[in-house]
Amino acid sequence: MTKKIKNLNLNFGPQHPAAHGVLRLILELDGEVVEKADPHIGLLHRGTEKLIENKTYMQAVPYFDRLDYVAPMNQEHAFALAIEKILDIDVPIRAQFIRVMFCEIGRILSHILNVTTQALDVGALTPSLWGFEERETLMTFYERASGSRLHANYFRAGGVHQDLPAGLETDILKFCESFPKIINDLENLLTDNRIFKQRNVDIGIVTKQDALDYSFSGVMIRGSGVPWDLRKSQPYDCYEQLEFKVPVGKNGDCYDRYLCRIEEMKESVSIIKQCLAKMEKGPVKTFDGKITPPSKKEIKQSMEALIHHFKLFTEGYRVPEDEIYTAVEAPKGEFGVYLISDGSNKPYKCKIRAPGFSHLQSMDYLIKGHMLADVPAVLGSLDIVFGEVDR
Amino acid sequence: MNNLIDLEKKINSELGTKINSTKIKHNQIYAEIDKEDLIDVTLFLKTNKNTKFKQLIDITVVDYPEKPLRFKIVYLFLSHEFNQRMILTYCISENEVIPSLTSIFPSANWMEREVFDMYGVNFKDHPDLRRILTDYGFEGHPLRKDFPLTGHTEVRYNEDQKKVISEPVKLEQNYRNFDYESPWEGTKYIKELKENNDKKN
Repeated sequence: MTKKIKNLNLNFGPQHPAAHGVLRLILELDGEVVEKADPHIGLLHRGTEKLIENKTYMQAVPYFDRLDYVAPMNQEHAFALAIEKILDIDVPIRAQFIRVMFCEIGRILSHILNVTTQALDVGALTPSLWGFEERETLMTFYERASGSRLHANYFRAGGVHQDLPAGLETDILKFCESFPKIINDLENLLTDNRIFKQRNVDIGIVTKQDALDYSFSGVMIRGSGVPWDLRKSQPYDCYEQLEFKVPVGKNGDCYDRYLCRIEEMKESVSIIKQCLAKMEKGPVKTFDGKITPPSKKEIKQSMEALIHHFKLFTEGYRVPEDEIYTAVEAPKGEFGVYLISDGSNKPYKCKIRAPGFSHLQSMDYLIKGHMLADVPAVLGSLDIVFGEVDR
Repeated sequence: MNNLIDLEKKINSELGTKINSTKIKHNQIYAEIDKEDLIDVTLFLKTNKNTKFKQLIDITVVDYPEKPLRFKIVYLFLSHEFNQRMILTYCISENEVIPSLTSIFPSANWMEREVFDMYGVNFKDHPDLRRILTDYGFEGHPLRKDFPLTGHTEVRYNEDQKKVISEPVKLEQNYRNFDYESPWEGTKYIKELKENNDKKN
């Protein structure tokens, strides 16, 4: 007697700890093998792009913190660069170093989160406990510079909001001395761990061609052996003056991507050290008084400054008519801003290109033929954060 | 990135009439084409050995409600080999159907779904054109300029029906859109406009 076998449809998420947020994944299973995956996204859609169209340029910055909320400043960087290019203003060198340094701190923040939660997904609990302690330290640096642990709102067109407080530089340097040991500890737990390797090696392989076709960027494309890093190929701010290596994977599987992230953290530490060494005292904002608000001291003394302050925080500055796409190498990949200004104080259109959106799209292609238990492993190595996927 | 001018010449000579205009700005090439030539131009850009724009970075739309050709469709390409970026655009009117790029770039799938969701632009030959970011059963296209910032409906949990229901937006307070550019005219508020309309009806 023959039995008819029907594929099982499984609803994974939206409330599932391994879904890394609010992902609803509809899986079609043949036994334990995944036949089809259909991600349903948008549960965290807030209409960021629409809101930005209705806010002045300065008011739009905080929305960028809320995209990829584990590395907020990297997003702000793309937006600041876009405005700077249109306005054609120069950023003081100290501000460039501060921005690059905080972007690298963001990269470490994001990679710690990803590496440790990926380990958590495949059954290792300890790395996340160790890693989150370091994240806490890094977020204190964020707090001391910007006033808030997560939603920094620190970068401005033409520099950063304020100079670093006294003592922060030495504390960051201390962290750079102690952190490599933590990376080593994490590696001792994971890199040669038999279970971790069994769960990640040869899982979710991406070929070079597919990485290009599916618009992958960041670690997802480097893990497949394409040496592509915007910090090297299209350097922005002071990345040209810094020396760092771009780790590239070989097999394009989850394990290679994990290794890339570990190596990138080490490179980030070295970049932060270089920034601290090269940083000199100086201004942190452009001198253009039509963009940079005057200092408190000036406001007390000069009527002009008071007027400028008032106009800048009500009307905001105007950006001439232009159209531009700028991208930065965010921890997750190429984060881009396509900005259209119409000469007014608000962007006419601001399209946000989030790396996670293209990565999650390939879920069906990555997971087809894998076992159900591999879904969290692949999802973990994609490095998805729903703030940026859903926007 | 110095050979952008060469690239511009190359594209203009090889594609000839298919390109309406090109310009170089901010280290990127901006090209305008016609809707009909999209597939040809994209295939050329992807496969030609002098261009090799092998990655589609994003697809998006800009809405100009006052123009007869209302939507400007924008494609962003990246060439890893030559380290160049290109922005391809064309304009269409409302209700026009445009060709899909999914056969050339698989990643166009979700990008086109997003464009469909946000702007209501329809794609021909798209394998799976569904809404992507908005809620199940959502109506309207949020990123169009004539879509109000507050939206049309809001959701809440209804204790009697024991489920989440959606109902027309009721604003306790207006979204305060201070228009600093023309302080004498004041702002038109959605709530007041609505109330006036209700009175008329």
